[in-house]
Amino acid sequence: MTAVVRAEGLGKRYRRRWALADCELEIPAGGVTGLVGPNGAGKTTLLLLAVGLIRPTAGTIEVCGGRPGSDPAQLAKVGFVAQDTPTYARLTVADHLRLGARLNPRWDEAAARSRLDRLGLDPAQRAGRLSGGQRAQLALTLGLAKRPELLILDEPVANLDPMARRDFLQVLMEAVAEHELTVVLSSHLVSDLERICDRVVVLVDSHVHLEGEVETLLASHHRLTGARRDPARLPAGQHVVSERHTERQSTFIVRTDEPILDPAWTVGQLDLEDLVLAYMERPVPPPTAGRAAVGPALEVIR
Amino acid sequence: MIWLTWRQNRAQLVTAGAAVAVVAVAAGWTGRRLADLVTTTDTGYDLLTPADIALFFAGVVMLAVVPGLVGAFWGAPMVAHEMETGTYRLVWNQSVTRTRWLATRLGLTALAAAAVTGLLSLAVTWWAGPIDGVVGARTGSLPTRLTPVTFAMRGVVPVAYTLFALVLGVVIGAVVRRTVPAMAITLGLFLAVQIAVPLWVRPHLATPADLTVTMDISTFDGLSRSGLDGPITLTAQPSDRGDWVLSNTTVDAAGAAVELPPWFAECVAPPGGPPRERAAAEGKGPLASCLARLGAEGYRQRLVYQPANRFWTLQWRESALFVLAAGGLAAVGLWWVRVRLS
Repeated sequence: MTAVVRAEGLGKRYRRRWALADCELEIPAGGVTGLVGPNGAGKTTLLLLAVGLIRPTAGTIEVCGGRPGSDPAQLAKVGFVAQDTPTYARLTVADHLRLGARLNPRWDEAAARSRLDRLGLDPAQRAGRLSGGQRAQLALTLGLAKRPELLILDEPVANLDPMARRDFLQVLMEAVAEHELTVVLSSHLVSDLERICDRVVVLVDSHVHLEGEVETLLASHHRLTGARRDPARLPAGQHVVSERHTERQSTFIVRTDEPILDPAWTVGQLDLEDLVLAYMERPVPPPTAGRAAVGPALEVIR
Repeated sequence: MIWLTWRQNRAQLVTAGAAVAVVAVAAGWTGRRLADLVTTTDTGYDLLTPADIALFFAGVVMLAVVPGLVGAFWGAPMVAHEMETGTYRLVWNQSVTRTRWLATRLGLTALAAAAVTGLLSLAVTWWAGPIDGVVGARTGSLPTRLTPVTFAMRGVVPVAYTLFALVLGVVIGAVVRRTVPAMAITLGLFLAVQIAVPLWVRPHLATPADLTVTMDISTFDGLSRSGLDGPITLTAQPSDRGDWVLSNTTVDAAGAAVELPPWFAECVAPPGGPPRERAAAEGKGPLASCLARLGAEGYRQRLVYQPANRFWTLQWRESALFVLAAGGLAAVGLWWVRVRLS
């Protein structure tokens, strides 16, 4: 597994506030990795660090084998669609393509043009007059036509209506299928991620609470419902992710690689949203203890 | 990058080009008459129309404000507007380092700004050349080109000011990150520089000349009194009307600056009588004898000044100073954008 993003002890401080602290992360090449977490978890900071728009205050981050943003070659390897998909309001759609063509050595003009044609974007239209969805598509087109090895998207669909969101993700998925492209995107809309992500990383308060392939994760987590029971009495192979108790009933979300055999339980399947929420809600352990606790769990998942 | 710079600034550039063309045509149209006019007489001021004088000062005002405007409207938004609208996240992720992005934008804009102000200054300098410092037979004169009123609006200095203001605007925009405050701060700071330089910097760009003269009617320039009963001060004429006089003080025989002796006020303007400077200047009144008595008692007038023939020396030195400052600021700006904005 070659890592396309590797962060070690990564931290970023703005004045006195740490937006990201002591972050350890590896994202393998290939496929689509979704980055989820509550607001303020450090998702945007992490992605800005990965594209080199900001520099780490502590630790290191390596992207596509280089320091982010260090030189034109490195910049060419990483595409970025920023939050709110900024474009130049007074430049036309065609101007944006020309900007991309002038500033990127591997620019794929034909692909960019045909993509805009299919989207029905008028090249003479000023970007400031585009709808949010169209602007997002324009930003995505710029990011893709640059022909990066890694495309990073920061909450690209957060402000789009459901139709525009579906169209956007569809274009993205087509491009992933067409080119050998690694995609990392952050979102707080887990339902969107479930549709397109191969892998998921749950980031809470700068720390990775969960990472792995979506399928594997879903297959190894179960919701157990039954008569009230002490979690200590669960079999050794079942790790409790979350527990909820009423007077007479207990609900556990457990991770295990073995089938659930105990007939006392009603076993339920989880969807990605349940899973992500369960890991987000876990109390944040102190940094050192936290890594120790998450570490072995990740080993099992792999 | 060159294309992008052009695309983002072409409207401003076309406007500026049109303005330069208008000024050049207006100067050419009204200026030829001035050149002919002044060669015919020593007292050219009397031949100037009010419109000529208005145009003269319009040229001064124009070249006084253009550098600041360039700094505020071309410099300040360069980085600040990208930060404000978030487009830096788009453009700084193309395959061009942001150092090159800023260097190209700043470099090309600086070229354009230098061309614009250079042409404006050329037109104004040529237009005003024949009438800078003209005097009238009895009253009235225009400032000479070495005085603070016009020095920075002639020759090459406006170009250097513009480059400095532009880079100042860029740096302030990068630090403040918001366009309108950056524009205001740029204008304010540059105005402060425009005021401070003639007061405290320009006099020292070359060691001033120093001249001590004995006062008589030929060297007498004027008398002034501060307030109704304040002390009278005397000024002497520089040897050349174009000299820029920095200080004009009365000194005693030992060379120390002193006030005029108490008897002098009564001598030139006896109590009850009106001041008689006008008559005195024509050699009729008591002034000549008063001045002679001053000289006999050892009083002299000391002039510290920049001679008129240092105009270009001072022009080049002041320009070099501003270009150096602009270069230093540009380095700060590049560093700021590369390191501090990340």
